[in-house]
Amino acid sequence: MSRVRECRTPRPGVWGAAVFLVLLIAAAVFPGLLVSGDPNGTDMLAALQGPTADHPLGTDANGRDLLTRIVHGARPSLLAGLGVTALSIAAGTVIGLAAGLGGRIADETLMRLVDVVLSIPTLMLALLVITITGPGVFNTVLAIAFFMVPKYARLIRTQVAVIRRAGFVEAATSLGLTRVRIVLRHILPNAFQPLLALATIEVGAAIVAVASLSFLGLGAKPPAPEWGAMLAGGRDYFSVAWWVAVFPGVAITLTVLSITVLGRYLQRRLEGRPA
Amino acid sequence: MSEELVELTGLTVEFGTTRVVKGVSLTVRSGECVALVGESGSGKSVTARTLLGLTGDGARVKAETLRIGGRDATAFTERQWREVRGTGIGYVLQDALVSLDPLRTIGKEVAEAIRPYRTASRADIRKRVVHLLEAVGVPEPEVRASQYPHELSGGLRQRALIASAIACDPVLLIADEPTTALDVTVQAQILRLLGLRKRTGTALLLISHDLAVVAELADRVLVMKDGVIVEEGATEDVLTSPRHPYTRELLAAVPGEHARGTRLSGTPGVPQRRGEPGEIVIEARDLVKTFKGRPAVREVSFRLRAGETLGLVGESGSGKTTTARLVLGLLDPDAGSVEIDGHDWRGLTRARKRELRRHIQVVYQDPLSSFDPRFNVRRILDEALHVGGEPKESRIDRSVELLEQVGLDASILERRPLSLSGGQRQRVAIARALAPRPRVIVCDEPVSALDVSVQAQVLDLLADLQADLGVAYLFISHHLGVVRHVSDRVAVMKDGRIVETGDVESVFTDPRHDYTRELIAAVPRLPDPSRAAVEEEVPA
Repeated sequence: MSRVRECRTPRPGVWGAAVFLVLLIAAAVFPGLLVSGDPNGTDMLAALQGPTADHPLGTDANGRDLLTRIVHGARPSLLAGLGVTALSIAAGTVIGLAAGLGGRIADETLMRLVDVVLSIPTLMLALLVITITGPGVFNTVLAIAFFMVPKYARLIRTQVAVIRRAGFVEAATSLGLTRVRIVLRHILPNAFQPLLALATIEVGAAIVAVASLSFLGLGAKPPAPEWGAMLAGGRDYFSVAWWVAVFPGVAITLTVLSITVLGRYLQRRLEGRPA
Repeated sequence: MSEELVELTGLTVEFGTTRVVKGVSLTVRSGECVALVGESGSGKSVTARTLLGLTGDGARVKAETLRIGGRDATAFTERQWREVRGTGIGYVLQDALVSLDPLRTIGKEVAEAIRPYRTASRADIRKRVVHLLEAVGVPEPEVRASQYPHELSGGLRQRALIASAIACDPVLLIADEPTTALDVTVQAQILRLLGLRKRTGTALLLISHDLAVVAELADRVLVMKDGVIVEEGATEDVLTSPRHPYTRELLAAVPGEHARGTRLSGTPGVPQRRGEPGEIVIEARDLVKTFKGRPAVREVSFRLRAGETLGLVGESGSGKTTTARLVLGLLDPDAGSVEIDGHDWRGLTRARKRELRRHIQVVYQDPLSSFDPRFNVRRILDEALHVGGEPKESRIDRSVELLEQVGLDASILERRPLSLSGGQRQRVAIARALAPRPRVIVCDEPVSALDVSVQAQVLDLLADLQADLGVAYLFISHHLGVVRHVSDRVAVMKDGRIVETGDVESVFTDPRHDYTRELIAAVPRLPDPSRAAVEEEVPA
């Protein structure tokens, strides 16, 4: 009993993660509320200053305020993370449903294709996609979504294959429900349940992936305030001005950590047992 | 011979804040068989597990005295308990499929029970395993020893469990619902086997929810309810002249010949009236269905009329459920046809099939798995009413009406099946089946997962609904008592065939087919004062 209660009442870490994410969302929606300056406003006189009262997180090589840039960077990062997740879930669900509900041939074909995608290292795959589509934020999102699809497709397919044989699906059939209704009302929502928790965690992974591609210069272009791009910009000054690279890195780390902590908590809640 | 093996007084067991066993006292002497009878949640299994030191983490166990084999066990260490388990007390668990390691042969499973206590060579152990399997009546023990649990039938698995429990010649054997998952004929065999152990001097503590099962074997019966022993005495006395009202209720709830046409639960209600059967609602003709070359149903034909109940009896694997699924149009027969209300499933479009499904509804053995886990009772009924063409506005009123019909309160609407009791769940399942106003309900083992008294209520409910609504039942069960109680006509299935069919009384009193006779003979009965001595079986 006590174990169950433990997972019902969030621990301090979960609260911390929730507070951070609320701040992050606020930053993404109304960056002006948290900081007043222009993220791209340069001030060559104040270049590469360490953390001071004026610039709490210091400035970069062009004298831009890092705090302002990091706050403004929340939006592209979150959007990219959510976009990737939404796209990959949508595609994964369609593929998983087709494989789980279709016949053996559909199942085998789709799953082998998924296996092929899974067998290629993710970053290489993303680079390949970008080579074809060309760099840019939207293309980065597409590329990362592409390699996230297999996870969802597999999960949905397994869930659907189990649930379609469940007693309540047979009960729904013998009740006289239409196939479409059974899939939409009974099979899909139940298949989605474990996916929600996975998706939350994957948002974090997507943010890292997007930042990595930007770091490599394939995503957001300077001077756009994107965390990965900022990280890349700070690389050359690391020995003289550590804060230029460290603070965007901390932003990424904290975001992913918070999302993961909250995702795991959600997972435990949904599964009703401690992980 | 009356040495006390187990002496337990004033046992209380608490889990968290709930006290599940409240002051239970229990004695088992050598060579006797004591039965602990009660419904699920009565605390009988917890009591038994205490005798093995297996109450589990999080349980607070207190006992005034607990002596096992004359030694004070209240302060036993885990090491001392291990000594008791196996050599002192053997434990036979209920579900042989779950209790056996699926990755090990049963020979290994049994051997493991021998190994820690006696140092012996492999060949000796092998010999002993074969001997043990032979002793519990496993045919071809040498072959079976190298088979895995999933390759064996339920009866053989249960025997293997018993073999490992007796591997070290325990003086006491505790059997927790040893026959609950088994077919009647297999149950009879297992009971005979346990009786045999008893005659060789092993004491038995039988735990069961079924009074009839323990009736033949037990010397003494203890009736347990809500953690308290409400009645205790010699089996004959308890079963023929029960003193406690709960025992009487339990006995009255057992369906069978004596209870036909009467109500099983103590609740008042109209006596069952059976009108003349009406027009044909199911016509099954020469159904054949084969799975991967194995025939499941062969040339099965029967007919069901409105307002009538046809009992379909048979053991597991006899093809009952496949027949049900063919009738429900969930499976297509290889040959033969099923007509529902004069409409053949064959050649119907999907839309027409869906329409026909309204006429024939189903109630499953496990109601919980037949509900979408995300749905509460309101949504479950709403969906069924939607199928029945009920307009959205009146669905809530109809849902409440349906719940009333099955004896449930409207307050249950927002609850999920998971939070309901087994009996309540089955009532919701029945309400759902009634929602599209069907002509026939297929009941596939609808009471097999329920306690005797809840089973009685559900059977009474089904009878009332039939009297009120004139619905016909195709009632599938392996439990002959239940089938005899509810059916007008009965069909006996074996190996995919209907071997005998006819009016329920004539089939039960004058069975024509050997198999029917065997089935009926295997049904455990409550004691009859004039009962002759139990037939004995000599081991091979």
